[in-house]
Amino acid sequence: MKFLIKPVAAAFALGAMALATLPTLAADITIGVSIPSATHGWAGGMNWHAAEAKRRLEAANPGLKIIISASGSATEQANALEDMVSVQNIDALVILPFESDPLTDPVRRVKESGAFITVVDRGLSDPTIRNIYVAGDNPGFGRSAGEYIAKTLSDGGKVVAMRGIPTVIDDERMDGFLAGIKGSKIELLDSKHANWNRDKAFEVMQDFLTRFPEIDAVWAADDDMALGALEAIREAGREKEMFLVGGGGAKEVVAGVRDGNSSIAVTVLYPPAMIATAIDLTAARFISNGPVEGVFNLASPLITKENAAAFYFAKSPY
Amino acid sequence: MIINWKAAGPLIALGALLVLGTLINGNFLSTGNMTNILTRSSFIGIIAIGATFVISSGSIDLSVGSMAAFIAGVMIMFMNTLKDLTDLMWLVVLAGVLAGAVLGMFAGWLNGILTTRGKIEAFIVTLGTMGIYRSLVTYLADGGTLSLNSQVRSLYRPVYYGDILGIPFPVIIFAAMAVLGYVVLNHTAYGRHVQSVGANEHVARYSAISTDRVKIIAFMIQGACVAMATIIYVPRLGSASSSTGVLWELEAIAAVIIGGTLLKGGYGRIGGTVAGALILTLIGNILNLTDAISNYLNGAVQGVIIIAAVFLQRGIGKKQK
Repeated sequence: MKFLIKPVAAAFALGAMALATLPTLAADITIGVSIPSATHGWAGGMNWHAAEAKRRLEAANPGLKIIISASGSATEQANALEDMVSVQNIDALVILPFESDPLTDPVRRVKESGAFITVVDRGLSDPTIRNIYVAGDNPGFGRSAGEYIAKTLSDGGKVVAMRGIPTVIDDERMDGFLAGIKGSKIELLDSKHANWNRDKAFEVMQDFLTRFPEIDAVWAADDDMALGALEAIREAGREKEMFLVGGGGAKEVVAGVRDGNSSIAVTVLYPPAMIATAIDLTAARFISNGPVEGVFNLASPLITKENAAAFYFAKSPY
Repeated sequence: MIINWKAAGPLIALGALLVLGTLINGNFLSTGNMTNILTRSSFIGIIAIGATFVISSGSIDLSVGSMAAFIAGVMIMFMNTLKDLTDLMWLVVLAGVLAGAVLGMFAGWLNGILTTRGKIEAFIVTLGTMGIYRSLVTYLADGGTLSLNSQVRSLYRPVYYGDILGIPFPVIIFAAMAVLGYVVLNHTAYGRHVQSVGANEHVARYSAISTDRVKIIAFMIQGACVAMATIIYVPRLGSASSSTGVLWELEAIAAVIIGGTLLKGGYGRIGGTVAGALILTLIGNILNLTDAISNYLNGAVQGVIIIAAVFLQRGIGKKQK
């Protein structure tokens, strides 16, 4: 069989020359991607975008291997990291940590194995571990929504807020929202947790409608919740009375914003596609001649009728 | 003074919650809010009626929440596909509803056959199917949300939002299922067999009761109830995702036990189950109507009320004897 190898290698070399426009890697590179599993809409979108980035980068870069592992909890994620180091021998890790504190040490051990570390969305407790940090702006997520509501209801108005699952992210968004409406004439009637869940949001909104005869705006800290709340408002026939501001960038909502939906006229971007940004930057570390280490802050801008088309991904599940 | 604490316990808890709600918010007793509570209770309530049969027979079904999500997902995909094949929308909806019913009963049959013929504990069987259905719906939805075609939905919508003489459709179905469940459990040979199998399976077998058949049918009744709940759930939001029906199994079991059915089997009360489902919904509703309690403590309030409701029927009832 030995005599076969040389011609094959030569053919590969010729092929590589023919494809000289494609970047070439010095050696085979394996990137491990560790993310939370698709337990709600946003996470589903993130899983989809990770798979999309893997497909695109692997097609464009022969020799590059991307392994995606989705975990259901912080403990599972720590186990997945161990497997990536001992079984897969990864050269780089892209991680969206479930929680910051419990995952700091497991990631430190991956770093000690010599891997390049990219952290997405939530930071680790020790910032010296990471090489790249792609940061989502959770306070900005709340603030953009708050400022929009304060501006739209400049003469004052009554607002209810719908929060997610009680977590650090949720607190940051809520604090951001409060900062956004601070100093305005907005009165926050109450805020309740609806767990980033459409069904729960439907029920919480029904009860808000029972409780408050006058509501001018609803802030839902996730687009899934905004859709559930909207259904409850429609059922009560009060959709003329109030508007909603969502967040995240779910495609149903973005499509509505693009087409001029009068109830949810704007939403705040918190893109699940940020995982793709992080994978791209990590791959660039091995492909590009440009430096990539550092902190990348992704903004949480408003999605409005004018720019909505750019944020709509027809195939994404979120 | 002779009070049947077993029957009165859940009703006293229900009454106390109604008084509490009235004190907290003036709109609590409004028709709108009462309608919301009854309609909302109907999902868990209908599932819990099925769970009363399974639990009375000495088994348990942990898969109902995932099963509901899976049935909802399949119904939505099925109707979306059919919609491209025919213009008869009513036929699409009817076929979707039938598919849901068949799938539910099949899923129940599967749990039953694995428990009896497969000789595996119901807890393990349904823990397994719970994971299977939850993963399947996540897979079908690609991790996201399955949405029903808007044309189909506009025809299907009244099944959740419609009413007859002001009584919402889901509430009518809930009531009808409760009456049916009550009659079957208390006034038929099958109902008595369910309770005797739950009380003592060996004795039941020696009394010429086909215990396997009784258990399989109980699981199928549970499956049919889950399907019924899903049939009225789908038109509410027209969507299903991996977060649909999470923890419904625990709520359904809680409703059954609050209602006075024994977790170890042998004794079931449909009326109590209905009260239990209403109590669970009321707690959520009242917490939403006030900001006196920190949002972070919602779960604690729920826990205290559930334990108190069961204490009313067990603790005090015992002392009386």
